[in-house]
Amino acid sequence: MNKIRDILDIGAGFEKIIEWLTDNADWLFDFIAMVVEGFLDGINWLLNFPPAIVMILLFTLLAWKIAGRGVAFFTVLGFTLIAYMGYWDETMDTLSLVLSAVAFGLLTGIPLGIWASKSDSVWKVMRPVLDFMQTLPAFVYLIPAVLLFKLGPVPGVIATLIFSLPPVVRLTNLGIRQVPVEIKEACKAFGATPKQMLMKAELPVALPTLMAGVNQTIMLALSMVVISGMIGAGGLGNVVLKGITQLKIDMGFEGGVSIVILAIFLDRVTQALSDVSKR
Amino acid sequence: MALIEVRDLYKIFGPNPKKAKQLIEKGISKQEIKKKTGCTVAINGANFDINRKETFVVMGLSGSGKSTFIRCLNRLIKPTFGKILVDGDDVVKMDSEKIRELRRYKMSMVFQHFGLLPHRDVLGNVEFGLELGGVEKSVRMEKAGNALKLVGLEGYEHSLPRELSGGMQQRVGLARALANDPEILLMDEAFSALDPLIRAQMQDELIALQASMHKTIVFITHDLDEALKIGDRIAILGPDGKVRQIGTPEEILSAPADSYVKKFVQNVDRTKVITAGTIMRKSPLLNVTKDGPKTALHLMEKTGESYAYLVDSDRKLLGIIYIEDVIELKNEKGKDLSTIISHDFYTTSKDTSIADLLGTAFESKTPLVVINEDNKFLGIIDRVVVISEMNGGVDESETPTVFSEIVADQATCSLQGQI
Repeated sequence: MNKIRDILDIGAGFEKIIEWLTDNADWLFDFIAMVVEGFLDGINWLLNFPPAIVMILLFTLLAWKIAGRGVAFFTVLGFTLIAYMGYWDETMDTLSLVLSAVAFGLLTGIPLGIWASKSDSVWKVMRPVLDFMQTLPAFVYLIPAVLLFKLGPVPGVIATLIFSLPPVVRLTNLGIRQVPVEIKEACKAFGATPKQMLMKAELPVALPTLMAGVNQTIMLALSMVVISGMIGAGGLGNVVLKGITQLKIDMGFEGGVSIVILAIFLDRVTQALSDVSKR
Repeated sequence: MALIEVRDLYKIFGPNPKKAKQLIEKGISKQEIKKKTGCTVAINGANFDINRKETFVVMGLSGSGKSTFIRCLNRLIKPTFGKILVDGDDVVKMDSEKIRELRRYKMSMVFQHFGLLPHRDVLGNVEFGLELGGVEKSVRMEKAGNALKLVGLEGYEHSLPRELSGGMQQRVGLARALANDPEILLMDEAFSALDPLIRAQMQDELIALQASMHKTIVFITHDLDEALKIGDRIAILGPDGKVRQIGTPEEILSAPADSYVKKFVQNVDRTKVITAGTIMRKSPLLNVTKDGPKTALHLMEKTGESYAYLVDSDRKLLGIIYIEDVIELKNEKGKDLSTIISHDFYTTSKDTSIADLLGTAFESKTPLVVINEDNKFLGIIDRVVVISEMNGGVDESETPTVFSEIVADQATCSLQGQI
């Protein structure tokens, strides 16, 4: 039994791949890290630079415009509570991690979804990969992320990106595949190029479904960002982690509440966006 | 020279079209070919010319390949063998750039289920074709506005498709096709998804439009009545995907080429053959000599209608009474129902064809009453029955059934049970 295990050691094989990547493709990961870090710093600065009160007002206004009065009311109360508990900076750190991961996620996920929707064979290959990505325990992503990108917020963003990618790919693919045949035929019959058809018909018609994917991706990203506190991504994940490791119940609880508030805010606003696109 | 010339056109779906074509040439049937090669023959050696400025109708039942045929003309489906010459250019051989040009400027299409973009308003849909061709915004707006005027949709520019009825959505579809002023208009069962009255209205409007536009129209339908009404010439496709007859409506009616066409032609007059007598149903009646307001109310409660018909002892029709009047009569302690009679309903004889009933059926609020020469009450005809019978000539329609038709069908069945 052991012998077979020696010949085909899956774990060791994976380890070898990661080792090979660290040795040979270091420059690539450095480059990725640089881009991600730059983006992350930019967003972080944008969110942390204005005083909390200004940001709370901005978020409330956003919630009011997009999701209505109820959500706006919740936003002003919730974020004030976060600031009052003293976790404002951490919350903004977490938000910038989420936004960065989601931005890169959508940038890769939507094109992948479009690609998959255009070709059955691509989708056949992509599907099990997405299944794998979604079912693999979140913690497992942390190990290669750390090995390839060291500690800190960048591997946090990368692990989050990979973990939260599947829904947007899936739902982009689904949304485009669900565009009625007659609409596609009409586009072709009026002389649309494939690109025109995508931009003027398929994507707009698929938008509500696509937005549902964006919403799920954001929620998954938020849950992963907290876990990646374990590799020093910072933010609220760090607070909760400290609460656990140092048995500071109050700290863990307050961190948790802050995460919940942020999650509800993000969920309601993106869901309202999806409803608007359904209109 | 004809504008569109179709030569030896075949469309064979499946893994081995060459083999299938050899079998066709040997005279083997469609079913046999399907069994032997796994190929489906949709179009089976079609040959015909479509002249400039004529309305050419391709008519056939489902499975006859008519939808495939119209899609070959603008190459939404690529023919397997044969040629389609438009102004001498072979559509089958065009590269993608040229085919786009053809679709943008020369040939546009109207779809059965409209194919409108749900996220764009009416104007946005109508200017869609022009936008694809890179026409400037101001020109686009002007042309789209003109097209909307043509189809009578002014004032709806900023409505979304789903806010419009089926008939209006198809007007948008038509306006979109007309916006770039194409020479050829392809209409794929364009009116089949509409209910019969709107369909008839759209047919009339298309005829009127064509009288001033003089486009070349290729119109696909499964409805011979529609074909006869709007076609200058008609091609009838058989179930084997072969063209059975091409000719003017007159020619097809007076000299059907074979038994298949003959069978169709017989169906044409269906609505004129079916008479009021065959679709009427019985209805409980009030007898003026013995029934009073209480019986009347009881009867109306039973039938669920707010009216009932009044006859004398010889079943001679006296008139209709309405529930409000009955109640008033009862409150005034009156007994004689003949004092509250109204005459505001339509009657007909049992030999009247349902085609002739349609107009009245729509105007009348209550069922039509069938009487004989002596004014004796024979039965009543519900409006829905007339409408569904008008539409009942086509059984194997490809079009998804509009729910209202299902409802009407059920009504017919249950009513016939009562006769």
